[in-house]
Amino acid sequence: MTTSDPNALPAKPPGGIDIAQGDFEPNLKRRYQYDNIFRIITWIATFIGLIVLAILILDTFLDGLPRLTGNFLTSFPSRRPEQAGIASSLVGTLWLLGITALFAFPIGVGAGIYLQEFASDNWFTRTLEINISNLAAVPSIIYGLLGLAMFVQLLGAITQGRSLLSGGLTLALLILPVIIVSTRESLKAVPDSLRLAGMALGSTRWQTVWSHVLPQAIPGIMTGTIIALSRAIGETAPLIVIGAQTFVAFLPNNPFSSFSAMPIQIYNWTSRPQEEFHTNAAAGIIVLLVVLLLMNGTAIYIRNRFQKQSL
Amino acid sequence: MTDSVQPGGGRSDLWRPNRSKSKRDELIVKFLFGACALLSIVTTAGILYTLLIETIKFFRQVPFTDFFFDTQWTPLFTDPQYGIFVLVSATFLTAFIGLLVAVPLGILAAVCLSEYAPRSVRAWLKPALEILAGVPSVVFGYFALLFVTPFLRTVMPFLGLQTFNGLSAGLVLGISILPIVASLSEDAIYAVPNSLRQASYAVGATKRETIINVVLKAALSGIVAAVILGVSRAVGETMIVTLAAGQNPTLTLDPRVAIQTMTSFIVQVAGGDVAVGTLKYDTLFAVGTSLFLITLSLNVFSFWFVRRFQEKYE
Repeated sequence: MTTSDPNALPAKPPGGIDIAQGDFEPNLKRRYQYDNIFRIITWIATFIGLIVLAILILDTFLDGLPRLTGNFLTSFPSRRPEQAGIASSLVGTLWLLGITALFAFPIGVGAGIYLQEFASDNWFTRTLEINISNLAAVPSIIYGLLGLAMFVQLLGAITQGRSLLSGGLTLALLILPVIIVSTRESLKAVPDSLRLAGMALGSTRWQTVWSHVLPQAIPGIMTGTIIALSRAIGETAPLIVIGAQTFVAFLPNNPFSSFSAMPIQIYNWTSRPQEEFHTNAAAGIIVLLVVLLLMNGTAIYIRNRFQKQSL
Repeated sequence: MTDSVQPGGGRSDLWRPNRSKSKRDELIVKFLFGACALLSIVTTAGILYTLLIETIKFFRQVPFTDFFFDTQWTPLFTDPQYGIFVLVSATFLTAFIGLLVAVPLGILAAVCLSEYAPRSVRAWLKPALEILAGVPSVVFGYFALLFVTPFLRTVMPFLGLQTFNGLSAGLVLGISILPIVASLSEDAIYAVPNSLRQASYAVGATKRETIINVVLKAALSGIVAAVILGVSRAVGETMIVTLAAGQNPTLTLDPRVAIQTMTSFIVQVAGGDVAVGTLKYDTLFAVGTSLFLITLSLNVFSFWFVRRFQEKYE
């Protein structure tokens, strides 16, 4: 389409619309083709992550499953890869899990309740909030340095240095922000009418929270806590920094014992040159993933079960 | 206690509230929980204090100029040199490769999840992507070193990859930060009001044109924030780079050779039972401080960016 009369249309502004060039041609067919291509690309992009995940799991299982016999779970680390096992690091991880939960759960939930139910909206509360979201983004290895200086060195007399207790406390600090945030989210989801009703009956804030708000929020808090804990037991870097051992030939039986943990053991085996140790690492990863799966499964189970009940 | 109360019954004392006890309980609880919340400030103070003290000790022995301008990082040698830039460049090299993976995949996945995926598919696709976020980093490290590197060496032998290299570490790093980029971007895209999409359709744009020209632009501040947080995660990631990129501090931008990032230096030294009060111990914290400052400024920048550029819709 060309126009012979230049006065019929305003002069084309630079870079603007030009009817003569077909700018008003909808050309739907080609645009829909691009649409389809774009849609397919987004689907591919979404599935690339999942495909990599599938390859990762498959590769690990193919490598490690043959190694996963009964004595792998009950043996101690060894220089001979076929005799090495994860008994001491599995027990170490369970200890860490317990110690971390013991400290992180009450403190995290307490802080969450304070911020959500008691704190008034002032500069101090806002500082706390900003601080917590910043802490959540601090790399885990920095927590390792904190644990090394605080728990291992400064409080070494109490924690006995590079002990399970130091490790558990470090991991507890690491996941505190996560527990605080998920506690607040769960409390936020409880309708305000419950609080108003409690107060109208003359109960104090704490009585209302304890007897009515918390029972409603507890499933959400538990779910958040378990997910945070499962993140903690997958952590390697902070434990290496505070001095977890790679060769522990006994089962730790108190919180002041030196220790190893599953991720540490996996790291150690992976970084050795011998092929057989890599197989051990793969088997260790399977055990670790199973533990994580159990924890996350529990979390999801709690969420679903109590969601149904409250309806 | 109260369940035995019968209105009009004889136990009238139950109806007399013990207000002073309630008040006292309230105060105790408030104080205890307030202390819990305060612990987060104490943690921050602890981090700053420990980093600062040891870093000051470090700079008493190593001049600032050496730290920033030396081109070698050899603190474990007899003639030590402390050019932090060597570690920083390696950190950013791996993070950059990670971003090349995570940013396009993350944003496209976010678009797919919020704009294209039917509800039923989204219901399992999103949790599936979240599994990726729950994989421990040591597992990713294993994967990078023992699957990705051998795989790349077989498929692309002409690259000449070393056993330890920045490329595999960076690629897997990208996969590991993909969920955070995708899920934060999706939140931002999800928050774009439907009226904007409808307006775009009304003037004849197709779905792709609407997404690219309207939705993504409206969500840009959130997406940028997601990417910055992704960078911060990648910079602080430890196990993938320690296992797959090696422990060979070299000032290079060549992704095929072994390098050492800030985090893997900390692991290498701390893993070797370092004694307190030595320069080696202080070096650990000097590197930690550098890492902390970099991630902190990225996080603060990300928060600020959202605040400053977020589009507000009524």
